[in-house]
Amino acid sequence: MDRRKFIELTGFGMGGMMIALPGSYISASELTANPLDVAFKKSMSDIALNAAKSKGATYADVRIGRYLNQFITAQEKRVSNVVNTESAGIGVRVIANGTWGFAATSDMSPDSIALTAQRAVAVAKANSKFQTDPVQLAPVTGVGEVSWKTPIIKNAMEIPIQEKVDLLMEVNNAAMDNGANYITSVLFLVNEQKYFASTDGSYIDQDVHRLWAPFFATAVGATGFKQRTGLGNPVGMGFEYFDGDPAEQIKVQGANVGYRYSYDMVQDAKDAGQQLQAKLKARSVEPGKYDLVLDPHHLMLTIHESVGHPLELDRVLGYEANYAGTSFATLDKWRSGTFNYGSDIVNLFADKTQKHSLGYVGYDDEGVKTKEWDLVKDGTLVNYQAIRDQVHIIDQKESHGCCYSQSWSDVQFQRMPNVSLRPNQQDLSADDIIKDVENGIYIVGRGSFSIDQQRYNFQFGGQLFYEIKDGKITEQIEDVAYQSNTQEFWNNCTQLAGESDYRLGGTFFDGKGQPPQVSAVSHGCPTTRFNNINVINTATKAG
Amino acid sequence: MAIFTETKSRELLTKVIALSRADECECNLNGSNAGNIRYARNTVSTAGEVSDVTLAVQSCYGKRVGTATINEFDDASLEKVVRRSEELAKLAPENPEHMPNLGPAKYSKVNAWYDSTANVTPEDRAAAAEASIVPSRKNKLIASGYLNDAESFSAIMNKAGMFAYHLSTAVNFTATIRTEDGTGSGWVSRDFNDSSKMDTKEASNVAIRKATGSKDAKEMEPGKYTVIMEPAATVQLLSNMFGSMNQRGADEGRSFLSKKPAEGEEAVEGAPTNRLGEKMFDERITIYSDPANPDCPTAPYAGDGHPVGMTKWIDKGVIAAMPNSRYWAEKTGSKYYPTAYTGGGIFGGNQQLIMEGGDQSLEDMIKDTRRGVLVTRLWYIRQLDPQTLLYTGLTRDGTFYIENGEIKYPIKNFRFNDSPIVMLNNIEALGKPVRINGSMIPVMKIRDFTFSSLSDAV
Repeated sequence: MDRRKFIELTGFGMGGMMIALPGSYISASELTANPLDVAFKKSMSDIALNAAKSKGATYADVRIGRYLNQFITAQEKRVSNVVNTESAGIGVRVIANGTWGFAATSDMSPDSIALTAQRAVAVAKANSKFQTDPVQLAPVTGVGEVSWKTPIIKNAMEIPIQEKVDLLMEVNNAAMDNGANYITSVLFLVNEQKYFASTDGSYIDQDVHRLWAPFFATAVGATGFKQRTGLGNPVGMGFEYFDGDPAEQIKVQGANVGYRYSYDMVQDAKDAGQQLQAKLKARSVEPGKYDLVLDPHHLMLTIHESVGHPLELDRVLGYEANYAGTSFATLDKWRSGTFNYGSDIVNLFADKTQKHSLGYVGYDDEGVKTKEWDLVKDGTLVNYQAIRDQVHIIDQKESHGCCYSQSWSDVQFQRMPNVSLRPNQQDLSADDIIKDVENGIYIVGRGSFSIDQQRYNFQFGGQLFYEIKDGKITEQIEDVAYQSNTQEFWNNCTQLAGESDYRLGGTFFDGKGQPPQVSAVSHGCPTTRFNNINVINTATKAG
Repeated sequence: MAIFTETKSRELLTKVIALSRADECECNLNGSNAGNIRYARNTVSTAGEVSDVTLAVQSCYGKRVGTATINEFDDASLEKVVRRSEELAKLAPENPEHMPNLGPAKYSKVNAWYDSTANVTPEDRAAAAEASIVPSRKNKLIASGYLNDAESFSAIMNKAGMFAYHLSTAVNFTATIRTEDGTGSGWVSRDFNDSSKMDTKEASNVAIRKATGSKDAKEMEPGKYTVIMEPAATVQLLSNMFGSMNQRGADEGRSFLSKKPAEGEEAVEGAPTNRLGEKMFDERITIYSDPANPDCPTAPYAGDGHPVGMTKWIDKGVIAAMPNSRYWAEKTGSKYYPTAYTGGGIFGGNQQLIMEGGDQSLEDMIKDTRRGVLVTRLWYIRQLDPQTLLYTGLTRDGTFYIENGEIKYPIKNFRFNDSPIVMLNNIEALGKPVRINGSMIPVMKIRDFTFSSLSDAV
């Protein structure tokens, strides 16, 4: 499911169309009951692996997945949707004649599994005719039978529907009592129960949990309307995320600007209502050059687009040329060892190991143990994101462990791990950053974002904009977007807040590949300052 | 095989409905067999086949609704899925906007299924990729592309006696072909219901010409230009605009189609709340949907089983209809304007839009242009202002400067900031509609299109 379909599915865009929901639905009580038995999954995997080998596969892996989602959508004072979905099946990936092949089925009978493995081999053989570049897999030592689970305190799937409905109703009322005319709030829960087995001798059982509770509020004024989305983050946590621990609330000059690992969604909705009224009256920005102070909830997406994507090795090499494009961060720049991606305070790292992040798992979808590595060190490009069949291209011997598939029915491939900006070793706060800015704009929350297919030219907006004059926030303003170029932008990075301001933002819907697949990914960063950035006014035509 | 015939679907769903104890029961049955091949760097990268079929049962007690699904079809499984949906309905809060299930209806015949597509094999897909890779390699270019084919069916039945069934096939192809030095890039897209119309070699030649022709692009100053937009460049903007045309959003004051009293004037009781019937675009603009259109057929019914016929959304520049829900139509005393079920996968496909055009070919239009920019496609389109439908995005894979009726030279890509509302008022000429993404869109020549900055991306 992509971002647009999610918006349609949840009715999240407008109070609009009733969307008929084809798809897979199960009852709440069955969401957590009856996970597939590990012994059953192992025996099914062995059938597939043996069938693939017997038809000539030199390597095979099997993913047996049970993917559970729950959405609850509340519009104003009514619950418009309670949807439970389940999708279960098996995907088999093989190498035959040096070529990948893949097949998948929801029919998990032994005959069907064997047939699916054979189909995968047939696909590989059909394609090998045109293969000029045989697959080279970096070695992985089998880990035998292991398991991993997202560290959650309260399993969100087990929380009664009534409790969830009550939360969303309280949120909607809070927004509407404080200035919003309309609000759609959604609770979106994900549980991936996935089993991986390969001819390397790994049998890995993982239970992955994620959740997200976005809202979208609108206030209609005399001459127009304004919108504000929630400042909560999608996280790899259980329902404890909604405990609203005040210690996890971030304040700047006394106002709430974000939440770390505990979200007070009702407070955020109250703030949204009030800020919407302020937005209706706010002055439109004067275009020009400003020093920008970017809040983590906003900057995470800038990192995603301008660092995460261009450093995906498959994009760099041209494997994504026909979809999202290629990358400006070409191999020669990396090989030079001197490519200035950013100023020397810029340190960007990749990982699939940060607690509470969306990317956090024990093993990736080709059985590689996850880890952390540097992408940009002291401003210089030092590495990419690569998986087993790619690392040989950058003279490395070990996969980075960032292979992922959105479901049993899609083939796994290189996906963005968490990509994050290291905080300042000096523990500065957001207020400390703002106080040195003479003429700037403080941007909170993610808005419209657009970047070219090689990741040079971008334009980003936000949710909340505040003018900074002589180190102080003076007023809320509107219609702000900034245009820049990736390398220029990161070289204009002049100050970072410290560890206690560091927060993880993220997206549930990073799209890549054909057929397109989504992936959930987090980006950590502190409040950060960028000097002399071109700001345009989006209320009139930019020029 | 995940394709059930109409007879088999009817028999199965009749059996399911007979098991229901709820006030209302509606079932959806969907299945598909799909295959794909992907290539890059002049070689095949991934390929696969997937088949799946799902039965969803929705039960209602009053305004409480519950839905459950299953993909096994023995008697015990069918009983289980019906009971499960009834259980969930009893737990769910009432939805005051729930509308009762529709009764039987007559549907127009639509032929959207072709043997040619249903019979595509892995070897055919590999040959389609080869037909793109071989000429690219010969021209010292690097090809990447994707071909996807599927046969799908959907059936809907309810206790009130409604039954609808739709079979379809689809094949989609895109290719991006680049020069070895990365200074030129061309792109092409083709989609059909009938796979025998798919010629990946012919299509790839278009991308090859654009790749070679776009090498060493020159810089032009951003600003307002007359543009010739190929259908691939406008289909997303039109589709986004259509997505913002919903009646409810307009009536609630949060859409570009909301009707407001003029500044300083008081709202009048009973005055229109939306801009239905207003002329908003150039009078050459007519946009409609028609499931029976032979060039881009879709299901002749909506997701709720309501029949869908030809619907004009914009007629000679006037807002002629706004899509709405049955609930909102009834509440506001408006006609119900559903959109066709776009099935084929859990979250559906593209909404079909047919835009009327003229007879001019792309070449004719270039010949008639003194000074302008030819745009192959737009990329990363995002909304900036929902009130004016201001969007941003970038040109990609073939942007050319036109002078005195001919393409002079390739130019660097631009970022644009513009609105389809403005574009559809600044029409200079419309060409012959062609199929793109399941829709029919003409080439458009538009004056005063705003490019706001330059991009180095190729």
